Amino acid sequence: MSDRLPENVTTNGLAGGSGLPPTEHNHPDAAIDAPPTVLVKSWKAPIAFGFFALGAIVLFIVFGRDGDSTFRLSTDSDLIQLPAVVLPTRATGIVLSIVLVVLAAISVWFVATDRKIRVWFMAVFAVVFLIAFLTWASAGQTIPLPGLLIGTVSLSVPLIFGALGGVISERVGVVNVAIEGQLLAGAFVSAVVASVTGNLFVGLLGAVIAGTLVSFVLAAFSIKYLVDQVIVGVVLNVLVTGLTSFLYSQVLTANPDLLNSPPRFDRLPIPLLSEIPIIGPTLFRQTIVVYLMYIAVAVVFYGLFKTKWGLRVRAVGEHPQAADTVGIKVNSTRFWNVLLAGAITGLGGAYFTLGSVGQFNKEMTAGAGYIALAAVIFGRWDPIRATLAALLFGFATNLQYVLGVIGSPVPSEFLLMLPYLITIFAVAGLVGRVRGPAAAGRPYVSA
Amino acid sequence: MKLELRGITKRFGALTANDHIDLTVEPGEIHALLGENGAGKSTLMNVLYGLYQADEGEIVLDEVVQHFAGPGDAMNAGIGMVHQHFMLIPVFTVAENVMLGHEQTGFAGQLDLVAARKVVREISNRFGFHVDPDALVGDLPVGVQQRVEIIKALSRDARVLVFDEPTAVLTPQETDELMAIMRQLKESGTSIVFITHKLREVREVADRITVIRLGKVVGEASPTATNAELASLMVGRAVELTVQKDPAKPGAAALVVDNLSVIDPRGQVVVRDVSFDVKAGEILAIAGVQGNGQTELTEALMGLQDRVTGEITLDGKTLRGLSVRKVLNSGVGFVPEDRKEDGLVGEFTIAENLMLDRADGSPFVKGGGLQLSFLNTFAEEKSKEFDVRSQGIQTEVGRLSGGNQQKVVLARELSRTLRLFVAAQPTRGIDVGSIEFVHKRIVATRDEGIPVIVVSTELDEVVALADRIAVMYRGGIVGIVPGDTPRDVLGLMMAGEVPAGVLPADPEGAAA
Repeated sequence: MSDRLPENVTTNGLAGGSGLPPTEHNHPDAAIDAPPTVLVKSWKAPIAFGFFALGAIVLFIVFGRDGDSTFRLSTDSDLIQLPAVVLPTRATGIVLSIVLVVLAAISVWFVATDRKIRVWFMAVFAVVFLIAFLTWASAGQTIPLPGLLIGTVSLSVPLIFGALGGVISERVGVVNVAIEGQLLAGAFVSAVVASVTGNLFVGLLGAVIAGTLVSFVLAAFSIKYLVDQVIVGVVLNVLVTGLTSFLYSQVLTANPDLLNSPPRFDRLPIPLLSEIPIIGPTLFRQTIVVYLMYIAVAVVFYGLFKTKWGLRVRAVGEHPQAADTVGIKVNSTRFWNVLLAGAITGLGGAYFTLGSVGQFNKEMTAGAGYIALAAVIFGRWDPIRATLAALLFGFATNLQYVLGVIGSPVPSEFLLMLPYLITIFAVAGLVGRVRGPAAAGRPYVSA
Repeated sequence: MKLELRGITKRFGALTANDHIDLTVEPGEIHALLGENGAGKSTLMNVLYGLYQADEGEIVLDEVVQHFAGPGDAMNAGIGMVHQHFMLIPVFTVAENVMLGHEQTGFAGQLDLVAARKVVREISNRFGFHVDPDALVGDLPVGVQQRVEIIKALSRDARVLVFDEPTAVLTPQETDELMAIMRQLKESGTSIVFITHKLREVREVADRITVIRLGKVVGEASPTATNAELASLMVGRAVELTVQKDPAKPGAAALVVDNLSVIDPRGQVVVRDVSFDVKAGEILAIAGVQGNGQTELTEALMGLQDRVTGEITLDGKTLRGLSVRKVLNSGVGFVPEDRKEDGLVGEFTIAENLMLDRADGSPFVKGGGLQLSFLNTFAEEKSKEFDVRSQGIQTEVGRLSGGNQQKVVLARELSRTLRLFVAAQPTRGIDVGSIEFVHKRIVATRDEGIPVIVVSTELDEVVALADRIAVMYRGGIVGIVPGDTPRDVLGLMMAGEVPAGVLPADPEGAAA
């Protein structure tokens, strides 16, 4: 480092904060009023880009594969049929690898000239890499794009419900590690209730109640008895896993016809919308639980940022004492909203049994709750961003299935790691230092 | 509105924080509540505001006895409070902060931000506040944040307004403006309770003064009383208001800081191109309002900051880039500004805290084992020397009073062979007796020929101790002036202005 400030000190325009008139007494250096900022150069992103570009060259050129890759854009039942796209595998790999190298070089130039690397740039890089990878993996094969996307949405549903629950809970100041437990409880109870009553909506209600009950334990211990929130969450996850596994093997397997054969929600195509190419089948040929999810995301977003409820929730999670001094009851606000978070997450649990699999299996959530938690952080405690993050993780999971089906050159054991690998990269690499709700995790003891 | 507190008693376990306190505030009166740190002023006000429940006694507003279960009740009854630590949410806008707790909503529960902005504008126009309703509170200077607190209270029609140590974070100019605002509020019929331990402010603005000591009302005074009278009433004995010290005999420049800049993780230049020196046997006070780079400057000296440019040399050897361990080993003693956070481990005993920064070798550690008998002798000796009042050296430091905690920090730092002593906010939040002791030790350290840096936001302390004064504003040094510079000049400099006749400190300014 030089012993003077770098030349590229950019001052931002907060001048005149002292409100002093410009007298001759004032400091001759006018810049003293402005708190200047310098861009701290971070080479993290260019290094990551370079790493991936190098990987692209090795994978797509050195280990390049011959043949043609076909991308199917429409399903058979679509009204408007789009033609399939056929790409020559090796040529596409070479071209896209070059594009990636160029993009990495541009990122180096960005940082060298003190420019910020924007999110859109990362997105472009990621999409190009993804297309190159898909082309390479599907040499001589066909990738059904609509199938890939429909599966992405389906697999993301529990993650999104879980992330919404996580966002609400953390925004109000309680770290929700128990998402996994809430999902699993929702899945179990909805399966049993729907089997016994034969009514799917009663099953959904059961899931909501189950999620709420798990949340109740979390809220009671962490808010009332001031037990460490993370510890209660982890213990709850283990407890629910053990309880549902026990009941499954002791009770459900004894009488599966009565207790574990719930009906399933049918797909409910929305007229007109479902006929839009690619988007239609992906978003509008889904079950009612998925449509419920769309509504939930919108409502939570609106509620959190536009309503009195949201203002109070965020106030309690940021600065509980300030909320207390304006007459907001901090602990009861926390209590009820943690229950609400559990209710929403419970719906996500129901999707496992009533929306996709059609019966309850031991530990069927398989860590989805933790991925949802990662989505909350990756999405910076914002419902929309968290939804996008959950979709990314859902995509990674489904990619692994699709590649497994078409027989990809990558070993399936490696593919199994893919969603988690992406989660780690996303949360550790891209998010960096983010600021969550200031009081999340800290119990509030009023004086 | 007339406020009466009758026989308020509040106990925390064995401690009686408020002991049968009576207080009457007439409508349109500024009533000062004067007392030392820990005298029970804030406890009393938290009882009034419904944050604490009184064990005995009653609160009466306009002859009606009140029962406050929480701050909501107190607010509805017309009591507003401007807290010492602002009760504002930094990530919310001014309007959102003001509306929080009594939000108006429109269609589908949507927040009525238009109405909230209107309220903010109305009140700020009435008092000439110039507050932008859409500014994020965290981006505003503290003086403006305080105005947001006032707007917040007034927007709920507060008729009794409590100011809890409101001037602690303000420049002298901002303090004057606040006094004007308080008078204006008084004219409009608001009753004001003004809590402080600063004598000058009380005499300037108060109509009546109630003094409390150790949780009891010890007397009333009129604003015409002298500083000495008020101080002895507050402390319970005669107090030396000035520090006795001989003129400094400065030697050669020991610490030389050259073009020092510190960049924080967000890329902001928090200390900007600062150059100064400290001579052996002199006290350089660094004055300035909280948050103008003093913290980062001292941290940079200690090696606690990562992105530092420029040069720091002590007796010809560079300190920049050294680890904290090596900085300590080169003979730098450091009293951090937050003793509970950075100075001490609250759960450790006095003895353990006294060896904290020397746990790497003899005489306290030999062959990886603590030399406990040596430590105990050492701790006994130092406790006596530094007048640490406790039940013994095995007492947990967290259970000591602020003053005694600070003496432990001081004992640890001053019992090494020093070549530089840096004390940041050495008397913040401690009682007058301890303040006197700390000041004496700082002057004694200077007289041993050690260069001393005292960072303080209290102008009284700066003027009392300094041989030379460097004033910081927005990360830069506005000027370095002699220790006898008048307060009003210092006040101007703390607001970033360089009065005529003062040489600007940084070389760029001098060149211009």
